[in-house]
Amino acid sequence: MEPIIKIIKSASLATIVDKLKGRYPRLYAPVKKQELVELEVINGFNDIAQDYLLTTQSVKKLAFPRVEKILDYTLQKGNIQQQSPDTSNFPETVLFGIRPCDASGFRSLTAIFNGDKPDEFYKSRYEKLIIISFACNKADAYCFCTSVGGNPGNTEGSDIQFTPVDNDEMLVEILTEKGKAVADLFSDLLSDCDKPVDKQAYLANVPVVFDVNKVIDNTTKSFNNEMLWINQSLRCIGCGACAFVCPTCACFDIQDEQNMKQGARLRLWDSCGFSLFTLHTSGHNPRHIQSHRWRQRLMHKFSYMPEQLKVVGCEGCGRCSRACPVDMNIKEHLLQIAEL
Amino acid sequence: MENKNIYEPYMMRIAKITDEAPFVKTFRLEFVNPQDAENFSFHTGQFGEYSVYGEGESTFCIASPHTRKGYIECTFRQAGRVTGELASLEVGDSMGFRGPYGNIFPVEEWKGKNLLFIAGGIALPPMRSVIWTCLDTRENFKDVTILYGAKSVNDLVYKHELKEWEERPDVKLVTTVDPGGETPEWKGEVGFVPTVLDNMKPNPENTIAIVCGPPVMIKFTFPVLEKAGFKDEQIYTTLENRMKCGLGKCGRCNVGKVFVCKDGPVFSRTQLKELPDEY
Repeated sequence: MEPIIKIIKSASLATIVDKLKGRYPRLYAPVKKQELVELEVINGFNDIAQDYLLTTQSVKKLAFPRVEKILDYTLQKGNIQQQSPDTSNFPETVLFGIRPCDASGFRSLTAIFNGDKPDEFYKSRYEKLIIISFACNKADAYCFCTSVGGNPGNTEGSDIQFTPVDNDEMLVEILTEKGKAVADLFSDLLSDCDKPVDKQAYLANVPVVFDVNKVIDNTTKSFNNEMLWINQSLRCIGCGACAFVCPTCACFDIQDEQNMKQGARLRLWDSCGFSLFTLHTSGHNPRHIQSHRWRQRLMHKFSYMPEQLKVVGCEGCGRCSRACPVDMNIKEHLLQIAEL
Repeated sequence: MENKNIYEPYMMRIAKITDEAPFVKTFRLEFVNPQDAENFSFHTGQFGEYSVYGEGESTFCIASPHTRKGYIECTFRQAGRVTGELASLEVGDSMGFRGPYGNIFPVEEWKGKNLLFIAGGIALPPMRSVIWTCLDTRENFKDVTILYGAKSVNDLVYKHELKEWEERPDVKLVTTVDPGGETPEWKGEVGFVPTVLDNMKPNPENTIAIVCGPPVMIKFTFPVLEKAGFKDEQIYTTLENRMKCGLGKCGRCNVGKVFVCKDGPVFSRTQLKELPDEY
């Protein structure tokens, strides 16, 4: 639909949150936890972090939880009963104050999970999300959304987007039918835009550092460039933190848990950076060294996904670099590849 | 019936267990729900996720041919957590099966041709499915030759079926064991599969070669076929990589951009040559 543009007083945010919370009890927003910013269910406006760049972890857990029960069963010798968990009653959930790179990150997850054989768990959870993003008016040195097709005011994936502008006011873009229905809850607080607002002027400045098409071309061509992958990943310890904080990483494991009487099959986050990820029972491992696993991470995001799913598997949020315990910086590695 | 939950397995009952070799068993599985049995169909070459409730899932091919309905068979070696538990199951026990997944052997395209099956060790099961598919429609094919090798006489799987193939006048069976794996009574060949194949002087004319075995066997078998004059499009194999979902989502079985679970597991050598060395 054509976006509806409105203006709101920043002071009204607390009222908006109250109204949202009244209608949608599962209201998630960024909350300060010492040096971390977590996305959590809040009780009221005062819980929301006042000043944050972005949440420490991505928001993917709301549609792709770290642990998802995909099968229930009871175990009795000779009489096993199985049941699929009900996916029809996932609660409506508001994500308030998340960043544009997180909202657009669902594009990759949707391409992977909703492909030719839809994953009902992801699909049902995602359908129940109402995404209210805040455009970025600041960025840090790890941010590079503008290099991978995004921008600090990207509205893709959002139902409503707020952008702080002058005079303690915020620009409100109502982007989807879902967003329109939600905005009706606080329509009395919205006023019309008298004159066009130059949104760009209020956004963070995130310089473009590389040409993503160059990265895609060069990654695709560099599979056998062993020295490139070795040099980039020499210090990688294979901890998988990059994958866990990533808004688009979707690789998973399937494991059973049981207590002799009943059990469940679980779908769990996994990472291509782990040495066990591709290990065969025989001991053979197709990606037997860390450089091959690092290559897989970049090839998947910048070669395989663009070709097969028509999406780049990276939003430029920079979380992987911030989380990396050995300070690998994906922006620098991608720049190196772009300049090959 | 399309399962809404793509991870929900069919409930299966073990109808028959055959001990094939040390730590190797074949299960015949029947659908607990008759409706599932009716709706289920697969084609030779495909695989599935077999599960022990409480332990997890393992990936094996469907070892029976699609020409035989009402059941599927799988053959596995007891090696890890799931296969260890599978091995302790008995006739009548329940287990799960998800599938069929992956692409198929293009047997329709092979009509009117000679077939040369080359298998090593525990890789005979995927081959057995396509061998029986072809033997069940024997009139469609010319000469059928099977070369099968294992580490030792004891390690040969499907011993009864090997005997059956040996006795058939319309099948040429050559069995071999690795040097040192023979017994005093052993009447087959002694030597590695590629060497035995070389000695057989396979004729490439109007012939399709289907190769399945451990990576090292495949690596040394291709050059022998090439030397004999087989072109890449005459050679097929089936790959195996670690898998979890079988649906192209979990992200681990890919060889370059190709998902073994979705785009494979069956590849011609022409396709194989385009893949990077990641399997």
